[in-house]
Amino acid sequence: MIAGISIYEILTLTSILFFIGVYGFFTRENLITVLMSVELILNASAVNFVLINTYLYPDLLQGAVFSIFIIALAAAETALAIAIIINLYKLIYSVEVKDTEIMKY
Amino acid sequence: MERIIFYILAAVIILFAVASVTSRKILRAVIYLLFVLIGIAGLYFLVDYNFLAAIQLTVYGGGIIVLFIFAVLLIHHVELELEKTALKKKLIAGALSAAGLAVTIWAISTYPFPETTSTYTSVEVVDIGRILLSYEDGGFILPFEVISVLLVAVMIGAIVVAKGKKLTENN
Repeated sequence: MIAGISIYEILTLTSILFFIGVYGFFTRENLITVLMSVELILNASAVNFVLINTYLYPDLLQGAVFSIFIIALAAAETALAIAIIINLYKLIYSVEVKDTEIMKY
Repeated sequence: MERIIFYILAAVIILFAVASVTSRKILRAVIYLLFVLIGIAGLYFLVDYNFLAAIQLTVYGGGIIVLFIFAVLLIHHVELELEKTALKKKLIAGALSAAGLAVTIWAISTYPFPETTSTYTSVEVVDIGRILLSYEDGGFILPFEVISVLLVAVMIGAIVVAKGKKLTENN
């Protein structure tokens, strides 16, 4: 627990981070930068798990474990997504969202 | 003291997150994302979750950012600037995000969080290891094993996908 900081301030911080990620997800047109926005969103939720665990249930560990799983899933998702992006670049020489049509079927 | 550090960390996180989603130089955007992730590791240190902070720094700061930099260097020219997003799109996205943020903050500020009574003790790595491998009530042995299978599957899948056409042609 952080001395002098209430849970409301921390949840406000993580909500702002989450919606910055959502904004990036809407506006970016390059697949790599879209993926970076997804990382911001995932990170905001992981921080939420840990801090709610610390503030409301300090004698439990569930939030920390969930955060570890989120980080493992994020690493897996990023590795796979970047493999797909590099393969796509080999096929169509572009990673812009508007050019990405060949994976639809 | 901790209060001041928290506000500094929050400012760093938000500033670099905004820079990361608006910067038009893609390599700089990746580095700004690295600063956001380090700031979040600082938050974990502040609440005494040293193990999580170490994982955050190694997996995110060390692994994912390097993957992003590799992808950027393989695909783009370093100096390349991204296309400008249309102003209309920016406005709509900004309005939608602001609306979502307003609803979320309203919900958070009106929800009565219960005051916790139990005293907080710092988390030992031993406890996290025990709960991850415990098969009693509240243990996480099954998700732990599922995650390890998933990581192996993703590793093989990433190799196969990134190799692309050549692999299927040769076989």
